Amino acid sequence: MAVSNLTDHALSPGTLPHSERVLRKAFLDQVDDIPGGEKLRKCIQCGTCTGSCPLSYTMDVSPREVIARFRAGDIESLLRSRTIWTCASCYNCTVRCPAGIKITDLLYALKRMSMDQGIYPKRFPVYVFSESFVKMVKRYGRNWEVGLMERFQRRTTTPVLGLFKSMSMLPIFFKLFRRGRVNIFPKKIKGIRDLKRIIEKAEQMERPVERIEEKRPTRVVGYEAIGS
Amino acid sequence: MDYAYYPGCSLESTGVSYHKSIVEVFRALGLGLHEIEDWNCCGATAYMSVKETVSFAISARNLAIAERMGKGDIVAPCSACYLVLAKTRRFLMERPELKSKVDEALAAAGLTLKCKCAVRHPLEVLVSDLGIEAIAAKAKRRLTGHRYACYYGCQMVRPERYFEEDREFPMAMDDLMAALGAEEVEFPLKVRCCGASQMVTNEEVGLDLVQSLLECAHARGASAIVTTCPMCQYNLELYQDKISSRAGKDLHIPVLYFTQPLGLALGCDPQALGLQHHTVPLPQEALILEEV
Repeated sequence: MAVSNLTDHALSPGTLPHSERVLRKAFLDQVDDIPGGEKLRKCIQCGTCTGSCPLSYTMDVSPREVIARFRAGDIESLLRSRTIWTCASCYNCTVRCPAGIKITDLLYALKRMSMDQGIYPKRFPVYVFSESFVKMVKRYGRNWEVGLMERFQRRTTTPVLGLFKSMSMLPIFFKLFRRGRVNIFPKKIKGIRDLKRIIEKAEQMERPVERIEEKRPTRVVGYEAIGS
Repeated sequence: MDYAYYPGCSLESTGVSYHKSIVEVFRALGLGLHEIEDWNCCGATAYMSVKETVSFAISARNLAIAERMGKGDIVAPCSACYLVLAKTRRFLMERPELKSKVDEALAAAGLTLKCKCAVRHPLEVLVSDLGIEAIAAKAKRRLTGHRYACYYGCQMVRPERYFEEDREFPMAMDDLMAALGAEEVEFPLKVRCCGASQMVTNEEVGLDLVQSLLECAHARGASAIVTTCPMCQYNLELYQDKISSRAGKDLHIPVLYFTQPLGLALGCDPQALGLQHHTVPLPQEALILEEV
């Protein structure tokens, strides 16, 4: 097998594959923006974060293991994990961490990276929710709950099922409506143009994203891979 | 004393009674509340997980307008708004590179930001600026016989240090209610997360979390749960039918905003406090209170 077909990972064990290096750099750049972000390196793997998390029982990778995997050079598996989407941002881990690690903010960074890379299941509820929320804010300047829920239900499933799912929201909708707690129509802020200008400008200053290639499984392993 | 007021999107719709009761309570206590002109959504956790610089920039627009108004600190009643605005301010103060990006974005709308106005939660404002004793001295009625489980939720007490409370076991709201004559209820889950948007994106998990809170409040003999956040209030109140049937027992309980019992004690009208907006109403007899 020609050497040129091999990844640098296979050639020099111990170094990270190209995709991981890209992800690592993107991740550490984001960590730089977090006040106290550098404390990430002080993790003692005590598991206080996992023990404090009200949702860790539903996660596939515990918050402690998130840091362990980052250290082991496996960010890609984190971007594919359920964990980053399960976090409810209650900050219990962040407040209790004896090393002062900003775990919630790290999970935000991973969530953004997963979206940047397009790594998440299609119609994935948390992504659709965030994306629908962003749409509402861009359009009106404020969140319009009715529009958000309608879009969310529609986008998380097929059109027909979506209609059905939207219908299932009706009991709560009427309950709220009867009590005067629903805005049937959206309310646009006066300065929506200003807000759009701010968003446009800020978007230009977002860091460029380098896309990684999909990991392709190979049958060639071990010594065979380096052609001996 | 004057404050800039950031209601946030929920207080215009599902949390309208929180808005009404805050306005009433601040008026009754002689505090000025000036709504931030043409405020926009804080971005919440949803925006934060999509775009970093943009989420800080849209949040910062509110801080900049409040600063221009010059009415003092910003009062943000929704825990999520409070957290996002306070976090934005802290990040911008501690990360100059981020601040310069956000400044440039704000300049596109002719705004500048010096991060002068602190972002504060109304509970903290009342407890620190006025003090519990001063508030109790203004009470016209006693909340005798009311047993409130004080639920702080997560985002208000946790990451931002502006609220000098015990993060694990805050007492500000308990002390305030007790000073107004309510019976104390020990509520050990007072800072446990309600699940927030998980109720939408991952309903089973959301229902689990809320069920444990409702069960705890019932077990402790609470007559109502008192909250500080529209998201908590929504999750705790609107799913009670569903949770009762899945738990196989009646877990219905009124869920109020802390400004509502406070308003009742200050002699405000129940309608003005927005009690009619609740789907699990406070029983009529609970509104009959003895005069001080």
